[in-house]
Amino acid sequence: MIEEKKFVTHYRFAFIDEATKREIRRKLLKAIAIPGYQVPYSSPEMPIARGWGTGGLHVTLAIIGPKDIFKIIDQGSDASVNACNLRNFVQTMTGVETTLDTSKATIIQTRHRITEEVLNENQIFVYQVPQPEPLRSVERYENKTRQMHGEADYAKMWVSLYEQFVRHGDIMLGAGYPVKVNGRYIMAPSPIPRWDIPNLNNSKAIHLFGAGREKRLYAVPPYTKVEPLEFEDVKFHIEDFKGTPCFRTGYKKAFLDELYYDDGSKHYVINDSNFLDKLVNKELPQQHENSYLNKLGNEV
Amino acid sequence: MQPILEIVNLNKSFTMHILQGKIIEALVDVNFSVAEGEIIGLTGKSGSGKSSLMKCIYRTYLSEGGKILFQSNEGTIDIAAAGDNEILHLRKTEINYCSQFLSVIPRVSALQVVAQPLLKKGVTADLANEKAMQTLKALGLQETLWSGFPVTFSGGEQQRINVARAIIDPPKLLLIDEPTASLDPKTKEVVIEMLLALKKLGSTIVCISHDEFTLDHLVNRRIHLDKGIIIN
Amino acid sequence: MKYNSENWLLKVEGLTKIYGNPTQTSIDKTGPLFDSNICPDSGSIVACAQIDFELYPGEVLGIVGESGSGKSTIVKMLYFDMEASGGKVLFNRDPYIGKNILNLSNQSKRAIRNHLMGMVYQNPRDGLNFRFTSGGNIAEKLIMAGNYNVGTIRDKSKQLLEKTEVPVPRLDDLPAHFSGGMQQRVQISKAIANHPPLLFLDEVTTGLDVSVQAKVLDLIRELQQELGVAMIVVSHDLSVIRMLTDRTLVMKNGRIVEKGLTDQILQDPQHPYTQLLVSSIL
Repeated sequence: MIEEKKFVTHYRFAFIDEATKREIRRKLLKAIAIPGYQVPYSSPEMPIARGWGTGGLHVTLAIIGPKDIFKIIDQGSDASVNACNLRNFVQTMTGVETTLDTSKATIIQTRHRITEEVLNENQIFVYQVPQPEPLRSVERYENKTRQMHGEADYAKMWVSLYEQFVRHGDIMLGAGYPVKVNGRYIMAPSPIPRWDIPNLNNSKAIHLFGAGREKRLYAVPPYTKVEPLEFEDVKFHIEDFKGTPCFRTGYKKAFLDELYYDDGSKHYVINDSNFLDKLVNKELPQQHENSYLNKLGNEV
Repeated sequence: MQPILEIVNLNKSFTMHILQGKIIEALVDVNFSVAEGEIIGLTGKSGSGKSSLMKCIYRTYLSEGGKILFQSNEGTIDIAAAGDNEILHLRKTEINYCSQFLSVIPRVSALQVVAQPLLKKGVTADLANEKAMQTLKALGLQETLWSGFPVTFSGGEQQRINVARAIIDPPKLLLIDEPTASLDPKTKEVVIEMLLALKKLGSTIVCISHDEFTLDHLVNRRIHLDKGIIIN
Repeated sequence: MKYNSENWLLKVEGLTKIYGNPTQTSIDKTGPLFDSNICPDSGSIVACAQIDFELYPGEVLGIVGESGSGKSTIVKMLYFDMEASGGKVLFNRDPYIGKNILNLSNQSKRAIRNHLMGMVYQNPRDGLNFRFTSGGNIAEKLIMAGNYNVGTIRDKSKQLLEKTEVPVPRLDDLPAHFSGGMQQRVQISKAIANHPPLLFLDEVTTGLDVSVQAKVLDLIRELQQELGVAMIVVSHDLSVIRMLTDRTLVMKNGRIVEKGLTDQILQDPQHPYTQLLVSSIL
């Protein structure tokens, strides 16, 4: 019987072998040393397919330790199928405590959202990235985009923003708005909504980005300047919910989802599931502060 | 007083490589000098070397041996030996050349052609055009033609424009080839008057002409060429 | 206005481009005397060699020659589109004075290209990005020079289009929808956007209809007079050279066979090849 065979039947801590973990960690250190710069890495094979979060998983598994508390969200929700599966996988491979509470987690892996609740100096935020190259839309060739980054030759990117303004009256990028990190590299912040972009700037947490399919890692260390690309007279702005309150809590200052309920009615509800839960339980989680949110005033 | 222009042992021949290296001699041992303010007339039949001599002075032709000493505002220059850029500078500032036939950019108006030397110098468009209009009027070119393209004009009309362009900005040395050809007697007189007026302003003129009337009324001294040699 | 022979803008010494593996004799065994660019020993191709010339501010220099003469190669190397095999190029503008610009870092080369040079190609697709509007193409140059204000960028672009007689309402149209002549004029607008002291024109009217060619050449002449920009005009057409240039280099098999004042080259050509070219004008 197969159980009687003398195979290795246990997994290493965090699934990835130690040598690969070391390689990923070294690349992460390089990424932190050069904020916004894409570092190529080995991107080892995982039990999930490419395009399903392997990059984020690589980062998490390389840095996680037995005492970490792990949270994972998918488009703001802890409860989606993929979030649950990945949480189970990490838990099985490491035995760490998992949580849904943003303030308790030490490592938060995310797909396409930053939490509404503010992050602190003990937290590491890990992003799953589909396309790490912000210039891909204006330049097809990898050797050219690498040269453009190396020489800080971003004119084509700026012209494409200008062209959008000319054609549509505004810059039309909704998710994944390109940002300039530490005044040097232009970075793709993964397809987070505009709402989240200002929360990268001067953040207390470490932000690590993993693109498994494209085999790139990059990072934004704490207290780093992250500025969305804008012209002097065509400025960046966040989504405008026009004062619409959350259907379940009445809160007006969070990123909203448009949901269709079973009875067919359409309602707007806060996207970040943990933030929503806390508000429903009458707890007051501390939200990020940035100049764009502050303009909305205090609405609870 | 040093002559403004001194030609010493000037020789010019053409080597036609396409005709198996056939050599045609244009100028042989030419020597003469021109004092400042003089008007010299070069005479001789066709092929005697008059145009070649002028073109050597203007450096369109490269001469062999010999010197072409010119007293420019910045000292004596041997035009035969000077570098290309120095010649360009001289042409812009001190020496003008007026060819026998008007050779013009196709779609530039007559007025613009005449105003160009002033515009190149930095004179404002209004002043330049004003002066151009005065000059063309004096030379008798109809006003209706001022905005026309010279390439469509008659020989006489083109000649008026040619002369106007050469004299609108008085140069130190003017080289002018057949200034009065194809002009009626009245306009001939106007041109001669204008050239004499240039002389009063201090210009020195070397001109080629077949026309006895022009030579009599304009020129101080004649130099006659025959088969590239001066006969006087 | 005193004449100053040290006032050159661009000085080129021994500019060379060789493809393949050259030997010591590659340059000696190629050229107009051998009627060939290909070295008989190593098979390497000497696209151009021993190129020396100076360009003064506001001057127009023509480079004329037939296909394979190396004229476009020179301009491509000066504009950094192509890597040179050897030689020295000095550009008399701060902070590059005294430095061989061929050996500068890519960053410096790009800065020179953006601020001090403009290039107009024979094929508009080489000089323009057809996915951007004509205004966007000009904007690219303005942004590279540090303009990040959309209003200012659009105003400047409109002025430049007016200057090159492109109808201003076409600012937001794609160049793919323009005629060949208008595409060239948009290229010219883009090239002069940052008021560079040096402009390269590589066979810019070749292939255009005669009337369109005349219009583009007129424009170039007017701009040259108005802006006083130094130009290097590459053409195989002597009438273009006659119309635009003060001085000319004649090239054959990658070498300069004659250089001089344009009127001298056309009326008193010295070199047999120049005489052949001049006598071939229709």
